[in-house]
Amino acid sequence: MLWDWFIQLHPVWQALIRVLLVVLPILLLVPGMIWWERRLLSWMQDRIGPNRVATFTLKGGKKISLFGLLQPIADGVKLFFKEDITPAAVDRVIYFIAPAIALFPAFALAGTLPWGPIKELTPIADVNIGVLYLLAISSLGVYGVVLAGYAGNNKYSLMGGLRASAQLISYELAMGMSVGCMVLATGSLRMTDMVKAQEEALWGVVPALQNWYAFTPFGFVSMVIFLICMVAETNRAPFDLPEAENELIAGYHTEYSSMKFAVFFMGEYAAMFVFSGVLSVIFLGGYNALPIRWDWVAANVPALSTVANAFQGLNAWLAPVWFLGKCTFFLSVYIWLRATLPRLRYDQLMSLGWKSLLPAALANFIVVMIWIYCTRLYGPVGGWASVAVAAVLIAAIIQGVRGPHGHLGRPGQGGELSKGSKDAVFPPFPDHS
Amino acid sequence: MPFSLPFPITPELGVFAAMAGVAALAAVGVVFFQDAVRSALCLVLNFFVLAFIYFTLSAEMLGITQIVVYAGAIMVLFLFVIMLLNLGATSAIKEKLDAKKYVGLGLGVVMAMTIAVQVIPALASSTTVRAPDGFGSPQAIGRSLMTHYVFSFEVASILLMVGIVGSILLAKRRL
Repeated sequence: MLWDWFIQLHPVWQALIRVLLVVLPILLLVPGMIWWERRLLSWMQDRIGPNRVATFTLKGGKKISLFGLLQPIADGVKLFFKEDITPAAVDRVIYFIAPAIALFPAFALAGTLPWGPIKELTPIADVNIGVLYLLAISSLGVYGVVLAGYAGNNKYSLMGGLRASAQLISYELAMGMSVGCMVLATGSLRMTDMVKAQEEALWGVVPALQNWYAFTPFGFVSMVIFLICMVAETNRAPFDLPEAENELIAGYHTEYSSMKFAVFFMGEYAAMFVFSGVLSVIFLGGYNALPIRWDWVAANVPALSTVANAFQGLNAWLAPVWFLGKCTFFLSVYIWLRATLPRLRYDQLMSLGWKSLLPAALANFIVVMIWIYCTRLYGPVGGWASVAVAAVLIAAIIQGVRGPHGHLGRPGQGGELSKGSKDAVFPPFPDHS
Repeated sequence: MPFSLPFPITPELGVFAAMAGVAALAAVGVVFFQDAVRSALCLVLNFFVLAFIYFTLSAEMLGITQIVVYAGAIMVLFLFVIMLLNLGATSAIKEKLDAKKYVGLGLGVVMAMTIAVQVIPALASSTTVRAPDGFGSPQAIGRSLMTHYVFSFEVASILLMVGIVGSILLAKRRL
C-alpha cells in the first residue's frame, strides 16, 4: 500500500523521499559512529571508555547499563550549550559559512550511491556519470577546510588548511586512478552498473560465485589504494596532519567552538560513512550479502534450490542491512587504523601519495587494459594469464627501478636512516664508556 | 485583463529561474566584491550553479566536467594563491570619475544588445529544454574523442605534458 502511494507521487516528491532516505540515516548514525569509535578505540587500547551515561539504578539497587550509548547525546547537548565564541579578528562571513561548506560534500557524496536493488528508492540520481560525480564532489571537500583555515586569521589554522588542501589534492589523483581501473573493468560510470557487473560469474569462469572486484587481482590492488586514499581524503589518522595537535593546536578548526566545531566533526564522520559505502559499492558487491550467485545455485543445484531461493530473497529484502554492515566494517577499519598507526610525517605523506600510490594505480590501470584486451581476444582464461604475465613484468620493473638500495629514487636521498648512512640527520650518539 | 505570461510556469522553469538567479548574482558578486577571496568564492558558486543548470538540461557529463575542472581544480589553485599572498581588500585603487567609465558603460550595453539580438530569437523559438537521451554521454564523448578528434586529443595531452615538465624545470632548477 505504501508502495502504491509512493509510485503515484510526482517525480519531484519521489526524489525528495530518496534524498531523505539517504540523509536522515546518515544524520542519525553520526552519534552512533562517535560512540562506536570511542568504545572500540578504548577496547583496542585496553581502556574502558565512556560507559556511564545511560546507566539506570532500579529500586532494588540493581543497575542497568546501556554501555554508554547515550554518551553522544550528552556530548551533543554539551556542544549546543557551550559558549559560541567568534574571535574578533576573523573574516566573519567566511568564518560562518566554512563549516556549512565542509558539511555539504559529505552528504552530497551519497547522491549516486545505491544502497539497495530497488530502482525507485535508490540511488538518488542514477546518472551515467556516477563515479565522476563522486570524484568531483570529494574534490570540493577542500573548500570547507581551506576557508576555515583562512577565515580563522590564525597562522596555525592557515597551516592546517594549506596542509589539508595539499593532502586532498595529492590523494585525489591516486583515488581517481584506482576507481578508474574499476570503471575500465565495468565499462560504465554508472554506480548501479558497477554493482550489476559484480553480480556476474567470478572471473568469468566460476558461475556459482559473484565477481566482487575485491576478489580480482587488479581489483584488490585498487581497493587497497582506494582505502588508503579515502582515509587521507577524510583527514583521519594516520593522515590527520591538518589537525596535528602537537604542531598546529587543532589545525583548521582551531578558532571554532561550540556548534560550529560540531558541524566540522559531523562532516568528518558523515564523510567516513559515505566513503565506506563507496568502497563497498565499487569493490565489495554493494548491497549483496555474500559473493554467491543464488539464482545460479537455484537453477543448477536442484538439491539446494529451496535454500538458495530463500537466501536470494533474504539477500534482496535485507539489502540495506548488508550495505550498512559493510559500511560498519569499514568504519571499524578507520578506527582500527587510528588505534594502530602513528601520524605520518609531511614528507612521508607526500612520498606515499605521489611515489607509491599513484604509480601503483597507474600500473594497475595498464594491467586492467591488458586484461580487457586479452579477454576479448582469447577469452577469460587468456585474460587472466595475461594479468599474471603483466604482474610479473611490473614486479620485475619495480625491482629494477628500486635498485640495490631497496628504495625508490636515487641512492642517498633518505630512506637509509636506519642503516646509519652518512646522510643521516642525527649523528650517532657519542660513546661515553 | 489579467496579466499573463507568454509561457506557462512549469516546475522546470522555477528550478531554472532559481539557479540562473543565483548564478547571475554570483557573477555580479565576482565583479563588485572588494575582497579578492570573496570574489573568488563567488566565482566558485557561479561555476557550481552553472554545473547544476547543465544537470537540469540532462547534460550531466558537461556539468560534472565543469565541477571537476573549474570548481574543483582551477578555483582551488586561485584561492590558494590569493590566500598565500594574503590579498586583502584593495582600498588603494580608487579611480576618479571620468569619461572612460561612461564610454565603457555605453560600449558594454551595445555589446549586450548585439549578443541578445543574435541569441534571443533562437532561444525564444526553442521548445525542448532537455538534451536528447544519450546526448553528450561519457560513452559518446569518449568515442568521438578517440575517433574524430583523436589528433587534437593527443596534441592536447602532449601540451599538458610539456606544461608539467616545464613547471618541474622552473620549480626545481637543480635536478
